[in-house]
This record gives sequence, structure tokens and C-alpha cells, in this order.
Amino acid sequence: MPTLNEFLMLGAILFCLSIAGIFLNRKNLIILLMCIELMLLAVNMNFIAFSYFSGDIAGQVFVFFILTVAAAEAAIGLAILVVLFRNRATINVDDLDSMKG
Amino acid sequence: MQNIYLTIVFAPLVGAVIAGLFGVGRRVAHTVTIAGVGISFALSAYAFYKLVFAGGEVFNETLYTWAVAGNVKLEVGFLVDSLTALMMVVVTFVSWMVHFYTIGYMRDDPGYQRFFSYISLFTFSMLMLVMSNNFLQLFFGWEAVGLVSYLLIGFWFTRETAIYANLKAFLVNRVGDFGFLLGIAAILMFFDSLNYTEVFAQVDVHKDTTMQIISGYDWSVMTVICILLFIGAMGKSAQVPLHVWLPDSMEGPTPISALIHAATMVTAGIFMVARMSPLFELSEVALSFVLVIGAITALFMGFLGLVQNDIKRVVAYSTLSQLGYMTVALGASAYAAGIFHLMTHAFFKALLFLGAGSVIIAMHHEQDMRKMGGLWKYMPITYITALIGSLALIGFPGFAGFFSKDAIIEAVHHADRAGATFAYYAVLFGVFITALYSFRMFFLVFHGKERMDEHTRSHLHEPSAVVTWPLIMLAIPSVFIGGLTIEALLYGEYFQNAIFVTPEHNFFNPADYHGVWGFVVHALGQPPVWLAGAGFGTAYYLYMSNTELPGRIKDKLEWLHGILVDKYGFDRFNEWFFAGGSRGIGSFLWQQGDAKIIDGGLVNGSAKTVNWFSGVIRHMQTGLLYHYAFSMILGLALLLGIFVLW
Amino acid sequence: MTLIELNMLMPEIILLSMASLILIIDAFLPDDLRDLTYQLSQGTLIGVGLVIFSTYPQQTELALHGMFVTDPMGATLKLFIVGIVFFTFLYSRSYLKERNFFKGEYFTLGLFATLGMLIMVSAHNMLVIYLGLELLSLSLYAMVAMHRDSQSATEAAMKYFVLGAIASGILLYGMSMLYGMTGTLDLNELSQSLSTLDEYHTALVFGLVFIVVGLAFKLGAVPFHMWVPDVYQGSPTSVTLFISSAPKLAAFAMVMRLLVDGMGHLHSDWQDMLILLSILSMAIGNIVAISQTNIKRMLAYSTISHVGFLLLGILTADKAGYAASMFYVVSYALMTLGGFGMILLLSRAGFEAENISDYKGLNERNSWFAFIMLILMLSMMGVPPMLGFWAKFSVVMQLINSGMLWLAIVAVLFAVIGAFYYLRIIWMMYFEKPEETAPIEDTMDMRVAVSANGLLVLGLGLMPHTLMTICLSAFSLV
Repeated sequence: MPTLNEFLMLGAILFCLSIAGIFLNRKNLIILLMCIELMLLAVNMNFIAFSYFSGDIAGQVFVFFILTVAAAEAAIGLAILVVLFRNRATINVDDLDSMKG
Repeated sequence: MQNIYLTIVFAPLVGAVIAGLFGVGRRVAHTVTIAGVGISFALSAYAFYKLVFAGGEVFNETLYTWAVAGNVKLEVGFLVDSLTALMMVVVTFVSWMVHFYTIGYMRDDPGYQRFFSYISLFTFSMLMLVMSNNFLQLFFGWEAVGLVSYLLIGFWFTRETAIYANLKAFLVNRVGDFGFLLGIAAILMFFDSLNYTEVFAQVDVHKDTTMQIISGYDWSVMTVICILLFIGAMGKSAQVPLHVWLPDSMEGPTPISALIHAATMVTAGIFMVARMSPLFELSEVALSFVLVIGAITALFMGFLGLVQNDIKRVVAYSTLSQLGYMTVALGASAYAAGIFHLMTHAFFKALLFLGAGSVIIAMHHEQDMRKMGGLWKYMPITYITALIGSLALIGFPGFAGFFSKDAIIEAVHHADRAGATFAYYAVLFGVFITALYSFRMFFLVFHGKERMDEHTRSHLHEPSAVVTWPLIMLAIPSVFIGGLTIEALLYGEYFQNAIFVTPEHNFFNPADYHGVWGFVVHALGQPPVWLAGAGFGTAYYLYMSNTELPGRIKDKLEWLHGILVDKYGFDRFNEWFFAGGSRGIGSFLWQQGDAKIIDGGLVNGSAKTVNWFSGVIRHMQTGLLYHYAFSMILGLALLLGIFVLW
Repeated sequence: MTLIELNMLMPEIILLSMASLILIIDAFLPDDLRDLTYQLSQGTLIGVGLVIFSTYPQQTELALHGMFVTDPMGATLKLFIVGIVFFTFLYSRSYLKERNFFKGEYFTLGLFATLGMLIMVSAHNMLVIYLGLELLSLSLYAMVAMHRDSQSATEAAMKYFVLGAIASGILLYGMSMLYGMTGTLDLNELSQSLSTLDEYHTALVFGLVFIVVGLAFKLGAVPFHMWVPDVYQGSPTSVTLFISSAPKLAAFAMVMRLLVDGMGHLHSDWQDMLILLSILSMAIGNIVAISQTNIKRMLAYSTISHVGFLLLGILTADKAGYAASMFYVVSYALMTLGGFGMILLLSRAGFEAENISDYKGLNERNSWFAFIMLILMLSMMGVPPMLGFWAKFSVVMQLINSGMLWLAIVAVLFAVIGAFYYLRIIWMMYFEKPEETAPIEDTMDMRVAVSANGLLVLGLGLMPHTLMTICLSAFSLV
């Protein structure tokens, strides 16, 4: 059985991966959405580990809520993506710069 | 009395609102504003009479408590004592005259109603300033007069120069206001009150208090407060080096130059220091500072008047120099003399400006003196009144300016304070310069060859009565007001309750005063009168009898002339330092392919430096999502680094 | 759940039921009866406002096992939120109509967002805070994207969505750390156990940083502000109006709940973080605003600078400071409502009054609206006697009282720099020749509302003690 620290390390690594993905990826918006999902999963990992090791159920309940909200979030994100694609015929992150300054 | 004071303040405001917001016609606009200021003037005169002659009480009451924050009360209230009453009469009278004059001067301007609305609004703000009994309201008036002043400098906003002048006035005054605000904050911090009376009552407590701004160095609190307040005054009253905005403010219409940039608003700083005399008296250092700044302004701004060719700019530099005289008086603890000069100056400088305006009207808005000359036979009233104004300005014995200026010089002569000797010689020599540039202007405009073109000459005539009548009305006090009031103001007990001077600083001793004639006779034996005479003589010689000479002198002393035309390089320095620097970097970036942002930013006429900076920073907002995310992560890492690891 | 608890939750319950009901009704309404949706929404808001007012709590009360709290501060904020949303809808109606854009979604999403805000205000458990926040955010993402054919709106929505999601992730990460250290999600228990955990200080601060970042994003503080200008500019103006006003009140409440109620013990740590954020926000906001040419973008940067000021009151970490901040946020919301309301008023079908140059010569076109705009600009600038002056004044006073004179000076300095870009608009209105000469098309209710809004800013400025008393009593200081 891994220790709490190892779980936290895993969570932190996932979190960093997702962050790295967000600003290293300059091509595809869908990858961005996936990174966001990964970030939430990293948080979930934290919550579950804490919940398990402290024997408190609230953390796991929180995870369910995060998952649910993440689903809704993904739905809205994809909807925005579709609208965006219809307007611009591209989902390239680099092209999203009509407003700046 | 309370209702009278309220009426005095609000009558001009009502006029301004009606003329400005209701879209009324021209006739209505000038009628309501003139009526408003007229009521204000009449009641001010009545209040003055009550206070001074009928033994009325000093009025000092809070009328409305705006908010209470902790133990600090923010209030609106009036303090009407002899100092205030004098200012009220001067402000409303000059303003009233300028209102009349404006009817003629702005006759053909599309912004007629707006203009009347502004000058009435200005009168309201100025009255709020002088009648205040607390620092907050003082600051309100201070900012409000500043605001109206910007509005009016930029009145002819289609002129590029007007916009630039306006911007300059705004920025320079911000520097002053910042000091002023810090001064008020310091007062609040140490005195825990904003009310004049409460603050003055506690001055002895903080006489020797010190504070550490840079740790290790003790500063007297009084000195810090007074210098900060004076920085505010330097901005508003255009003292070196914050003077650069005033000459440029001449871009505004002439009635404004007369009212705001000569007679009233620019004297607000002088008034404020006199009002704060109980504070300033406690700081020898601050007074020396005031003295030296004033002396520099008085002398060196006078020089600049010698090389100007724009008639309004000559008067503008003369205003700067005279403000320097007033400041010198304050620095020599002769507050009463400063206020006395403020009053006489208000009349004769307004007169000179309005006279210059009258000339400008007659010349079809030509302001270059090299294209004038010999006007005396076309416009006799303007000629005579301008002569009176000039004589008053140079201090011709018996005229208003003579008494006040002589009093200042005498006071400085006897002052015993660091910088006083320098100041004495500066103001003394300033008298010669004043006479020289005043009569240079006078001779160039009214005498000598007629240098205007034929078309202008054929149309030359005295402007209508609304223009000449205020000239005459202002000429009267320019002659008599000095002799009439000197005894009361300087040697009498007029300012006894309003201005505080420690006895050892007080120069004006009633025992030394032997009537107006005694004063005149005494002065005739003193250098100022002779210096003024010499200045007049030099001007006559250079510009009447030997008119070739000025050109030759100019050629011989090209370098000196260059410095003066360059205004000692203040403007050039600012231009080079602030604008040029940013422009240089701007063009560099432009070549990098970003013409649009820098250009769009600069052309929009905003403050160039900040704008440039702004333009650079906004590049960080690239519009790219991953940069935004990166900025967030960077912020997160920064916070983690500072607060967790460190 | 007891009846008393039900009573405490009544505003949220009513709002939820009505929003769902309106959603259903709207689905079956023909387009020409769409006004009904609007009227029902406004009615709901009025009703909710009345219920909040009638159940105004005198002290702090908890419900649902400590997950939900009602207290004077919360109730006051809720009242302002509901009122401001009411005005927002009022302003938006004709704007939406003119653009054939008058859909029920705007109002239903707006109501759900309002529900999210109310929940954020009353949440007393990190989970509930998160849910309220997400309900608000998801509704806002959808509202921004509502203008489906607009390139800039969809781009803004995408940016807002991605950055918002990252911010939620960061906030959640912080919550998970705190949960791990203290073993609880409840704010009361959190604050109790924090005081016993001093040896784990570093780990707690680690979690705290993440939470502060999440909050700073919601408020729009530098360097988490990047979304603000783009979203403000890209969204349809009615949505910008919505985003810029009421959610700031909710964000303020969230800061109060999390930092003050939950982590008051760590105040010396978050104080320093907020100082940093606040100075950066005032600097960047005020400086960058100067070079803007789009007024929505300019107001966005102005918002950022206002957020800097808002944080000044919170970071004093005492009740008077919180009250000052609350005063600030309410004043800000009123001013920004007026500012964007003015943009809506001047816009018409096919013309968005978005560029600063569109305000040229407004005085000649309509001097009354120029005057109202003058009041609003002066107020944002912080000129007495406008409301905005008192807002700035009170936070700066609180700073001085808590001995942070240097910060007060910095704040005043930036306020002075900030005056410049507001002045430029005033300049344009009064001194430039109009480029746009078409008459201003608007409806009567719009005119009245904008005028009332402007005069309110002036009136409250003349009588600041009214609003100040409300804010002080919210923290039981009166």
C-alpha cells in the first residue's frame, strides 16, 4: 500500500502535468480541455487520499461533486468549442488572439 | 449672516447651472450669470462692511456635517474673517467685471453659454476655497478651481496648442496637489482634525514634534507639513519649477487669463499660506524655503518677460514675477504685505489683461507685438487704462502697486532669515526689470511706428462699451486702492484675528507709519522708486528714441537671448526628458512593427510618458490563451516562492 | 431540516424554483410573448429581494449542519446582488431586443447565476462555496457565448472558460490541501483546527496560496486578471454589464468567508499576499487603462484597479476595514452598472458605442446623459462629492488607521494616475466635435434607470453615511 505522501506526490505530478499541458500545447483546444480535466482529477486524487488516510468521508463526497461539476463543465466547454469552430473553422489555440492589449 | 454667506457662494453656482445645463440662449446665459455674480459681489461688499466697519463678528461655523469617519469629521463650513472678506470682495468684483467684458470678447464664439457657465462655476469654486473653515473644503475648492481652469485653458480645444497646454497644466498641478494632499494627510495624522480652528489651537503641542521619514533623520513635523503644503501652493501659484504651465495657459480666452490666471486662482496658493500663517510661523526652515523660491520666481521670470513678443505672454510672465513677490512676502513673514499685494495686483493685472484683450480684439486676434504700434490714437480708453495699469505694476509712487511692492521690499530688507539677503537683491533688481518689460510692451503696442497691415489699420477702433467699461472700473482701484487701504492692512489691526505673526518677525509697526504721504516721501528716498524710474528710462531709450539698439543688443548677446527665449530650458528639459525619451523609444518600437499601438496611444494626446509605459505593459496582454495561463501559473509560483519557500 | 432552517434558505429556494419554472415556461413561449420571461424574471428578483429583506437576520445563524450561514453581511450583500441584477436585466432588455437577441436564456441563465451568487454569499463549507462558484461560473460562460455568431464573443467565452476552469482547479487544489491538514470542510471547524496546527504552518500556507489565487482570479486581481479585458470586450455589452457588477459582490463574500471566517488565523500570511496583489492590480490596471481605445476594455482595466483598492480594505484584517471594502465593492458595482448602462444606452442595432471616440461631443448630442456620464466618471476617478470618493477615502482611512501609511500613499498615487483616463472621456464628451450624429435611440425605462443610477451615485456621495451605516452595521460596528 503506497503511503499518503506517495499519493500526494502523484496528485502533484498530475497537477503539474496538466499545467504544463496547458501552456505547452499551442495547437489544439481539445487538448486544453483534457488538461483541465486532468487537473480536476489531480485534485480528486488528493481528496481521496486524504479522505482514506484520515477516515473522513467528506473528501470522497467532495470528489463526487467535483466529478459531476466537471461533467457539466466539459459539456459547456465543448459547446463553446463547437460554436467557436463554426465561427472560425479552426480550433487552433494560436488563432485565438483577436482581442489583446 | 449664515444665509447671506450661503447666497454669496451659491448665487454663482445657480447661474452656472442655468447657463450650462439648460441649453438657454445667449442673452439668458449672460444675464443669469452676471446677476448671480453681481448678487454675490453686492453681498460680499455688505459682509465686508458689516465685518470691518460695523463691528460684526467673525463667522466661523460648520453648516453641514458630511460624514464622520472615526474621529475625523468631514464638514462644510465657512470661516469669514477679515482675510476672507477681503478675498471675497476682490474675487467677486474682478469676476463680475470679467463677466461684463466677456460679453464683448466672446461675442462671436459658438461656446458663449458654456463659457459663462464655466466662469460662474469658477467663481463658486473660488469662493468655496476662500470661505472654507477646514482643509477638506479647501482641497475641494482647490481641485474645483483647478478643474475649471483646465476646462478653460482647453476652451478652444480645436487648437492643438491649447490641448497641449491643458495637459501640461494638468500634469504640473498634479505634482503640486500630491504635495498638498500629503500635507493635509500629515495634518490629519498629527492633529487629528481638519478644522482650521482646532488645528491652530494645537500648534503649540506639535511645535517641537519630530518625525522620521528616512529612518535616522529627525524632521520637524511643522517643517514637513509646511513644505508639503507649500508644494501645493507652488503648483497653483506657479512658482519655479512648477511654473511652466502658466505661460502656456494663455492659450485660453483672454477673460480667463485675466480672471483665473492672473487675478484670482493663481493667488490661491498665496492665500492658503497666509491662512496657514500659525503653522508657517513655527518653521523657520519652511519660511526660508518659501522666501528663496519666491525670490527666484520674482527675478528670473521677470527676465523672460523681456524677450516675449506675444502681448499676453508678457503679461503672463509679469504675473509669474509678481506672484514671486507675494511669495517673498510670505517667506519674510510679511503675510499682510503679501495679501496686500495680492489685492492690488488682482486689480491692476486684471486691468492689464483685459486691456491686452481689448487690443487683441481691435487687432483681429493678432497677439504679436511686432505687428502693433501707435495704437494710442485709435483706442484712447484702452491706452489710458493700460498706462494706469502699467504704472501701478511698476510701482509708480501713489499708484496701488507702489504701496504693496514697496512694503514687500522693505519687509524683506528687514527680514532676518536664511536667504533674505538674496531675496532682497532679487526683488530689488526685479523692480528694474518689471519697469523695463512693462514699458517695453507699452511702447511697442501703443507708440512708435504702426506696423500692422493696411486692412487691420483701417478697422482699428475702440471696442464696445462692455469692453471699455470694465477697464475703467478696474482702473479706478488700480490707482487708489493702495493708498486707501495701506494703513489698515499693514499697520492697523485689520488682520489681527486672521493672520498670526510672531512679534519678533513682525516688521510693520504702527509707530513707524506716518500717513500715506509719509510713506511716499520715505519711499522716494529708497532705491526701488529710482530703479523703477531707471527701468522706465531704459525702456523709453530702447523702444522710443533708439529703436535700432534692441536688435543690436540682441545680436551681441545672442547666447543670453537664446537662454531667455528658451525659458531657461525648463520646457525643453521636460520635452526632452519626458516626451523625447518616450518618443525615442517609441520610434524604436515602431520599427519593430508596432506602429499602431504606440502611434494610436501617442496620437490620442495622452500624457506621453505614462502612455508609453502603458503601451509597453499592454504588450503583455498578448491575446494568447497559453500566455494568460502562463501568467496565472507564474503568479502562483511567485506567491508560493515568496510565502512558502522564503 | 427544521422549519427555521427552511426559512433561512427561502430566498435560494424561491429563486431556484422560479428559475426552473421560467426555464420551462420560456421553452413553450412564442417569440412575441418573450416579454413574459423578462417580466417573470424581474418579478422573481423583486420577490426574492423582499424575502431577503423580511428575513434579515440580526446575528449569525447556521443551518444544514453548518453548511449554510445567514448573517447581516450576507443578507446585505444578497440584497445588493438582487437589486443590481434587477437593474442589469432592466438595462439589457432593449439592447437585446434591438439585436434580435431577446432570448429567454439570458434571463434564465442570469437567474441561475444569481442563485450561484447567493449560495456563495451564504456558503459556510468549502464544498458549498465550490458549488456556488461553479453554478455562477458555468452560467456566465454560457452567457458570454450566447451571441453565437460573434467571433469575439465566442473567443471571449473560450478564454473565460479555460482560464476559469484552471482557476477552479487551483482553488480546489488549495481546498484539498486544507482538507488534508485539518480533516474538515466546514469553515468553523477549519478555523478552530487551524489554530492548533501551528507546527504545520508551511503546509497550511501552501494550501492558502492556492486558495488566494483562486479568489484573485474571481476578483480579477493582477496577475490573474488576463481574462478580464478580453471577456469584457468580447461579450455582448449586456453580458459584460452582468459579469462586471453583481459577481464582484459575490466574490467579495467568498473572500470574506474563506479568508476571514475560515482562515482568519492565517491573516498575517494572506495579508502580505493581498498587499502584493493589490499594488500590482492598482498599477497595471491604472496604467494600461490609459492606452485603451475601446471603452469596455478601458472599464475592464479600471475594474482591475478598483479590485486593487477593494483588497486594501480586506487586507487590514479588521472589521472596520472589511466594512470599508464592502462599501467599496457596493459603490463600485453601482458605478460600473451606470458606466456599462451608458454604453447600452448609446448603442443601437448595428452600432456599439464601444470606442472611446464614440463619446466625442456627447454633450452636444445630449447634455443630460453627458452630465450623468460625467458624474459616473468623476465618481470612478474618486472626486468628491461622488460616491467613489468616499469609497476610496474609507479604504485609505482604514489603511492609515492600521498603520500602513506607505500603502495608503501608494494607493493615492495610483488613484491620481488613474484620474487621467477618466478625464479623457470627460474631455471627449465636452470638448470634441461629435463624430456620430445619429440621435440616441432608447426607451423610457432605460432613460429613467440610467438617470436614477447616475443620480444615485451623486446622491449617495452627498449623503455617504447612509450607505456607510449599512456597511458598518453588516459587521455590527454601529
